[in-house]
Amino acid sequence: MSNQVTVFVPRETSAVSLGAHDVAEKLAAVENVNVVRNGSWGASWLEPLVEVVVGDDRIAYGPVEVGDLDSLLEAGFLTGGKHPLCLGPISEIPYLKNQERWTFWRCGLIDPISIADFQAHKGFAGLQKAFEKGPEYVLDQIKTSGLRGRGGAGFPTGIKWQTVADTEGEQKYITCNADEGDSGTFSDRLLMEGDPLNLIEGMIIAGFAVGASKGYIYLRSEYPLTRRVLTKALLAARDSGWLGQDIQGSGFDFDIDIHIGGGSYVCGEETAMLESLEGKAGVIRYKPPLPAIEGLFGKPTVVNNVVTLGSVPLIMALGAEKYAEFGVGRSKGTLAFQLAGNIKRGGMVEKAFGLTLRELIEDFGGGTATGRPVRAVQVGGPLGAYLTAEQLDTPLDYEAFAEMGGMIGHGGIVVFDDTVDMAAQARFAMEFCAIESCGKCTPCRIGSVRGVEVIDRIVSNEDREENITLLNDLCDTMIDGSLCAMGGMTPFPVRSALESFPEDFNK
Amino acid sequence: MAIKYDKIIASEIISQFGGRPEMLVQVLHALVERYGYISDEAIRQVATELNISRAEVHGVVSFYHDFRTSPPAKHILKICQAEACQAMGSRQLTAHAESKLGVQMHGSTDNVTLEPVYCLGNCACSPAVIIDDKVYGRVDANKLDKLIDECGV
Ligand SMILES: Cc1cc2nc3c(=O)[nH]c(=O)nc-3n(C[C@H](O)[C@H](O)[C@H](O)COP(=O)(O)O)c2cc1C
Ligand code: SF4
Ligand code: FES
Repeated sequence: MSNQVTVFVPRETSAVSLGAHDVAEKLAAVENVNVVRNGSWGASWLEPLVEVVVGDDRIAYGPVEVGDLDSLLEAGFLTGGKHPLCLGPISEIPYLKNQERWTFWRCGLIDPISIADFQAHKGFAGLQKAFEKGPEYVLDQIKTSGLRGRGGAGFPTGIKWQTVADTEGEQKYITCNADEGDSGTFSDRLLMEGDPLNLIEGMIIAGFAVGASKGYIYLRSEYPLTRRVLTKALLAARDSGWLGQDIQGSGFDFDIDIHIGGGSYVCGEETAMLESLEGKAGVIRYKPPLPAIEGLFGKPTVVNNVVTLGSVPLIMALGAEKYAEFGVGRSKGTLAFQLAGNIKRGGMVEKAFGLTLRELIEDFGGGTATGRPVRAVQVGGPLGAYLTAEQLDTPLDYEAFAEMGGMIGHGGIVVFDDTVDMAAQARFAMEFCAIESCGKCTPCRIGSVRGVEVIDRIVSNEDREENITLLNDLCDTMIDGSLCAMGGMTPFPVRSALESFPEDFNK
Repeated sequence: MAIKYDKIIASEIISQFGGRPEMLVQVLHALVERYGYISDEAIRQVATELNISRAEVHGVVSFYHDFRTSPPAKHILKICQAEACQAMGSRQLTAHAESKLGVQMHGSTDNVTLEPVYCLGNCACSPAVIIDDKVYGRVDANKLDKLIDECGV
C-alpha cells in the first residue's frame, strides 16, 4: 500500500463538462492509483485540473483531457514528472495564490463528502463553538462580522437572524436559496459541489441561533450534479450524527431537505421561492410581511443565499473580528467574484471587497478569450447594467457600485468583446423578462413584450426618435410600477446599452 | 422516455412524497423524470391523490418551464441562451443546431428535442449545453455535431 499514489480529479460540473469523469475512470484503472473526487478550486479555465500528491505537495496538471493521459503517464506525472500541462504545486498557481479565501478555503482541498476530511480541516468547529456559547453569542458574532447577504440585495445577515429569533413561533425554518439564476454566476454551485458540508454546517448554526429545527435547500433544476453531491453529503452528515435528532449530544435537532426548482428565474426571489417550496407557482408575494416574520407556511423563516450561509462556519470558528478585517467601508469580508463569458481565465476569485473590475478582468482574467478588446461588461446578473471598458476602475463594493447605478449582486461578471451587438443584448434583457415574469404586475408582464417590439422598431429604423422616447417611457413605467426587481430592474441593462452604446441601435 | 403511463406506479411515485400538497413541484419532477412529461391523466391523478383541484395542478404545471405537457424525443438538448454563453457565440451555436436538426427551438426530431435553458452555471466554460442531465462546456459547432450524432439518427 505504501506506494499508492493519490490523484485528485474534480467531480464538479465544469470539470465534468470537459471530460473529468473519463479522466477519473481511466486513472482509477491504473495500478496503485487512488483517485479522490474533490471539488474545484475555481480555476475553471484549467479544468479538468488534476492533482497528484507528491510528498507534501499537490502537483497540478491541466487542463487534462483523457487523450493526454498516456503522455502524462509516460512523463511520470504520478511522481510529479515534467510535462507541458504541468502547472507546479497547486498552492503556487498565481490565480489561486492571490486570492483571499474564506468561504471557499476548503473547496478543491478536500473530499467534499468525507466527514473525516471535513473535520480534519476545521469542519464543524464553528458549530461546536455555537453549541458551547449559545444562540445569543452566535447572533452577536454574525452582527459583528458585518456579513451581508450574498444573494443580491446585500441585507445584513445578523439583523435578519435576530428578527427570526425574536419572532415567537413553535416552528421556524431555515431556507437556503440555491436557485443561482443569474447568468455568469456559479459560486453557489462551486461551494455546494466542493464543500457541501460547510453549507450544511452553516444552516445548522443558523437553525440553532434562531430556534429552527427544519431546513430546506431550494436548488435549481439546472444543477443535476450538484444535487447528487448534496444528497451524498446530507446522508454522510446524518449517518455520522451531524444532522437529525440531538446533534452530537447537544440536544439540538435539525434536518435538511432538498427541493428542486422548476426552471423559473423569478423563483430565486425569496418570496417566490417560498411559494415554490410550498408547492405552488412561483408568484411574488407582497412585502410586508417579511419572510422573517411570516415566511414558509406562514412561519418565521430565514432566507439566505448559499454563500451567505457558507461564510458563517468560519466566522464562528475564527471569530467575527477576523472576518471584518477584510473589505472596505460597509462592505465587509470577501466576495466570490465570478469571471464569465468572453474571458481568458474564467473562474471564481474570492477576494476582499474593494478591488476594481479592471484588476479582476485583466490581472486575474487575462482579458478576453478571443484576444479582442473588452467592449462591455455586465455585473450582477441579467438585471445588472452594462458597463463600458472605461468604467472598469470603480472599486467593487456595494456602495461604490450603487453610486454609479450598478450592482454587485451575486458577484457575476460577464465580459463581452468588441463583436457584441448591444442592441441585441438590450432586446434579450426585455425578452428574458417577458419569458420569466411571474405575471403579477402589468408593467413587467406586458411592458417587457412591448419593449422587445420597440427595440426591433428602433433597430429597423422605424420612427427612430419616437420609438426611443417610447422605450424610455416604457423603462420608467417598469421601474415605477413593478413589484420586484425582475420588472423593476430589467430597464437597467436596456438603458445602459442604449446610453453607452447608441451606435449599435443605429446601423 | 417512451414509458407508458401506469396509474399504479404513478401512485407509488406520488405517495413517496407523503401525499402532501406542498410537495407538488417535487411530485411533478418525479413524474417527468419517469414519463418525460405531464399528461392530462397525470394531472387528474395528482389532483386526486394530493387532494387539490385540477386547476391548481394545471396552474403549477404551466407556470414552470420544466414541466412539459407533451412527450419529448428520446433526448433533450438544451442550449444555454443566457448572457455569458451569448458572449461566446451561443446564438450562432443555436442557429447551427437548428439547421443541423432541421427544427426550430422547442421543436423535435425523432431523437432530439431542442430547448433553451438560461444558465447551467458553466459560464466560465461557455457556451454550455445540457443533454438529458449531462452538462458540456466550450461547445463549438463540431463538438455539438458529435453530441447530436451520439443521440442517434
Ligand atoms: C428576480 C430575482 C431573482 C433572485 N434570484 C436569486 C437567486 O437565484 N439566489 C439568491 O440567493 N438570491 C436571489 N435573489 C435575492 C433574494 O430575493 C434574496 O434577497 C436572497 O435570497 C436573500 O439571501 P441573502 O440575504 O443571503 O442574500 C433574487 C431576487 C430577485 C428579485
Ligand atoms: S415585477 Fe414581474 S416578476 Fe416581479 S412581481 Fe411583478 S410581474 Fe412578477
Ligand atoms: S450563462 Fe450559459 S452557463 Fe451560465
